Amino acid sequence: MSFVIDAFSIVAIVAGLVFFLAGTVGLLRFPDAYTRLHALTKADNLGVALVVIGLLPQVGSVLAALKLVLIWLLVLLSSAGVSQLIARSVRRQGRGE
Amino acid sequence: MTTLVGGVVALLLLWLALWTVVARDAFLAVAGFVVYGLLLSLVWVRLAGIDVALTEAAIGGGLTGALLLGAVGRLRGTEVAAAAERSGAGTRVVAMVLSVAVSVVLALCVLALPEPAPTLAPQVARMLPSTGVGNPITGVLLAFRALDTLLEAIVLVIALVGVWSLAPDRFWGGRPGLRYMTDPDGILAYLARLLPPIGIVVGMYLFWAGADHPGGKFQSATILAAMWMLVQMAGLADAPRIDNRWVRGGVVIGPLAFVAVGVLGAWTAGAFLGYPDGWAKPMIVAIEIALLPTLVLILALLLNGAPARGGDLTALRSSRR
Repeated sequence: MSFVIDAFSIVAIVAGLVFFLAGTVGLLRFPDAYTRLHALTKADNLGVALVVIGLLPQVGSVLAALKLVLIWLLVLLSSAGVSQLIARSVRRQGRGE
Repeated sequence: MTTLVGGVVALLLLWLALWTVVARDAFLAVAGFVVYGLLLSLVWVRLAGIDVALTEAAIGGGLTGALLLGAVGRLRGTEVAAAAERSGAGTRVVAMVLSVAVSVVLALCVLALPEPAPTLAPQVARMLPSTGVGNPITGVLLAFRALDTLLEAIVLVIALVGVWSLAPDRFWGGRPGLRYMTDPDGILAYLARLLPPIGIVVGMYLFWAGADHPGGKFQSATILAAMWMLVQMAGLADAPRIDNRWVRGGVVIGPLAFVAVGVLGAWTAGAFLGYPDGWAKPMIVAIEIALLPTLVLILALLLNGAPARGGDLTALRSSRR
């Protein structure tokens, strides 16, 4: 049983890391600020989510698991909020290209 | 594997430090500095210095980064002139020789350190139970080296006085900075309504947990000040007038309470900042509770900057008469 749980964790975390890698490549390669933000928020949201899901079976207590989920929700909130703010300031300055 | 990761992080840190120094654009340098602070806090986590890691992330990366970003904003007008400036060959050689000399002296000092390093850790561990706190960092900061912490708090008050004293006469007593005008239904206002309740709970938890676990007033104050700044930047609340009695009282209450406890110690325990037997924990908690509002106010007011509007004109007129 523990093998199945470990395998689940590894698969989920590796999948999360793939999103981080893709997000980083996008950040470096995409042509303008909006698409770069798009790449970055995908990494934040799905990457962190998958890493947290992978770690959940590994933590011993419910409290620690709840803390992980809370961290994920806060990262989600801040990345969504901040990317909106960056996109707005880019649009206002007319530096979308 | 862990050595490899540690080596990669150490190389990244060195590279980032170098990059921050050589970056010509001030904004990029600050961005590099913030990332450097966050990476450094990861290193502290790996070295099991969780308290230092929290402080580095909160103060080193977060607060100092925000202060430097404010400075970059103010310096924007001079940046073109600074970039066009070319120092002469003589100045460059002198600067290079000085930097290399300082680096060599520092390297020699590090290499000359005794091995194993002298440590007071066993004594702290032995005496910690007498303070009643479980976190040795808090024990050192508020019992064994309380004087350092007291002076640190006083330095912060002096720093704030220094920032305030940059205000032009006509704005003295007024509000710092410009009022932030933002969309009341925008995403920033939404975050400023949603995050503070969470931030206040996390901040107070860090404050209370600091007695027995990593955390404490400084990290907690940074989070609380950040929440206040968020509310201000979203335009939901204005920065306070600096002649507000509550603000000024809050700024000095921490050091005053600290000194009062110290004098009380001189009277009851025979030494300034000494704690009478069995009273160490309540005294430490009292100091921390008094320091928290001081730290929150000072950190936020430092970010707010010098007063720039709404000064007390009547006082100015009467002083001119």
